[in-house]
Amino acid sequence: MKKNKTVFLSVPYLVWMTAFTLIPLCVVAYYALTDPVTGSFSLGNVKELSLYMPVLWRSIGYSLVSAVLCLLLGYPVAYYIAHCGHVAQKFLYMLVMLPMCMSFLLRTLAWVGLLQDTGILNNILAAIGLPRLRMIRTPGAVVLGMVYNYLPYMILPLYSTIVKIDGRLIEAAEDLGCNGIQVFSKVVLPLSVPGILSGMTMVFVPAVSTFYISQKLGGTDTVLIGDVIERQFKQGSNPNLGAALSLLLMILVFVCTGIMNRFGGSSEEGSVMV
Amino acid sequence: MKRANRIMTVLIFIFLYIPMVVLIVASFNTGKDITDFSGFTLKQYARLFQDRSLLKLLGNSLLISVLASFIATVFGTVAALGIHNLNPKMRKVAMTLTDIPMTNPDIVTGVSLSLLFVFVGTKMLGQRNSLTFWTLLIAHITFNLPYVILNVMPKLKQMDASLTDAAMDLGCTRVQAFFKVTIHEIMPGVVSGAIMAFTMSLDDFVISYFVTGPSFITLPVEIYSYTKKPIQPKIYAMFTLLFLIIFALMTAMNLTQLVSDRKKAASHLGH
Repeated sequence: MKKNKTVFLSVPYLVWMTAFTLIPLCVVAYYALTDPVTGSFSLGNVKELSLYMPVLWRSIGYSLVSAVLCLLLGYPVAYYIAHCGHVAQKFLYMLVMLPMCMSFLLRTLAWVGLLQDTGILNNILAAIGLPRLRMIRTPGAVVLGMVYNYLPYMILPLYSTIVKIDGRLIEAAEDLGCNGIQVFSKVVLPLSVPGILSGMTMVFVPAVSTFYISQKLGGTDTVLIGDVIERQFKQGSNPNLGAALSLLLMILVFVCTGIMNRFGGSSEEGSVMV
Repeated sequence: MKRANRIMTVLIFIFLYIPMVVLIVASFNTGKDITDFSGFTLKQYARLFQDRSLLKLLGNSLLISVLASFIATVFGTVAALGIHNLNPKMRKVAMTLTDIPMTNPDIVTGVSLSLLFVFVGTKMLGQRNSLTFWTLLIAHITFNLPYVILNVMPKLKQMDASLTDAAMDLGCTRVQAFFKVTIHEIMPGVVSGAIMAFTMSLDDFVISYFVTGPSFITLPVEIYSYTKKPIQPKIYAMFTLLFLIIFALMTAMNLTQLVSDRKKAASHLGH
């Protein structure tokens, strides 16, 4: 066979990806199973993980709520864009993508300015004679930050699936006597499942591992797993424990994406980006 | 129903754009804080251009994203050619390796690379500071590669394999066949992979934060440090300028695409 001659071109890539994705994970496992002081084998870090289970459940809870909210808010938008004219579709798609290209750190800082106790929203409330609200450093603020940051990751894959739905299927359903709600629940919604699953994954994964959003918008009672990991590495507490927590997070994400993929069968073009 | 969707869409766009409007307004503010607007001024823009350090950080970000996306595009395109011809079993292995950085949360990718670099640097090479420009570059190339592979592979699959065979029957070497035939067929995939890689690199904070040291800082890493020190208002001016540049670039890309779509449609009608 002629074509086998180009196979060697994949070798440097396989070596690179092994060196910089697989081996680093082995190093993480090595650190996770090593005592921070003595450097010998130890299960201490793994045992300590149980202390962080409440934080992990909280992270999962917040990100699931955010993913569901993103779906509920994003679906109508994606549906609307998919049924616009050609030019409007392109323009609106661009407007959804644009925030993704701008610094998410600064955009989150802007929410701090909006939500804080003497912030823009509270100033507006005060100006019209309403009492000020405590918005920042609440779980709601963290969820809002997640929904805000990751909503485009939901809208784009939803749009890509909805726009491909064959209009004749909808006409056929209508001809066969479906009303609007039935058309949606029996035709449109089932056909959007791949987009829904890939959107849910694309919101859930960054949300469950975030640390910036919870640091800026959350308080002491909304610490997430990402915060704990960041602290272990950057504030010099215990990188070995940080490694164990990272492994836990990774396993969690692989299990979750595995379940999502199982739900949707094998979605071939699940990760639709641009 | 349609109406409800339209209202929802308008509200969501307001929600998505309000924080950016706040930042843009803040760039013209004479007041100290984002929350009190006391008057209009352009002095933040003047300060931005006098401040070498901030421009240098932007330069660092551009340098790393241009280099990383360029290397990843060349490396990834070549690799895709090889992967395309692997037997199914090995191809599955390659695609699984490609999926790891895509599925892993950024924080795990960052932590794992930083532990690798520190492990190799301090324990094997005896360096004191093992996180540098080079570790940052390696990390960026690594998370850029999958975007290139995933964009180029479908184009290779769509391409008619007999095209390359024909070129070679007509006397092309394998390399000539690539540059004369294959590259043109897969170009859209290469370009979108490169653009994606570039934007991912430029905006990356989480991975960079873990794999870079004090010797080479990018703009997002610097912005993160404002958690500890007060934010400089000239950063809002930079945000506003970047917003305008990206908006203009995206609009231009969309318009050229629309024009070429029109042309294609017109030539189809002509036939």
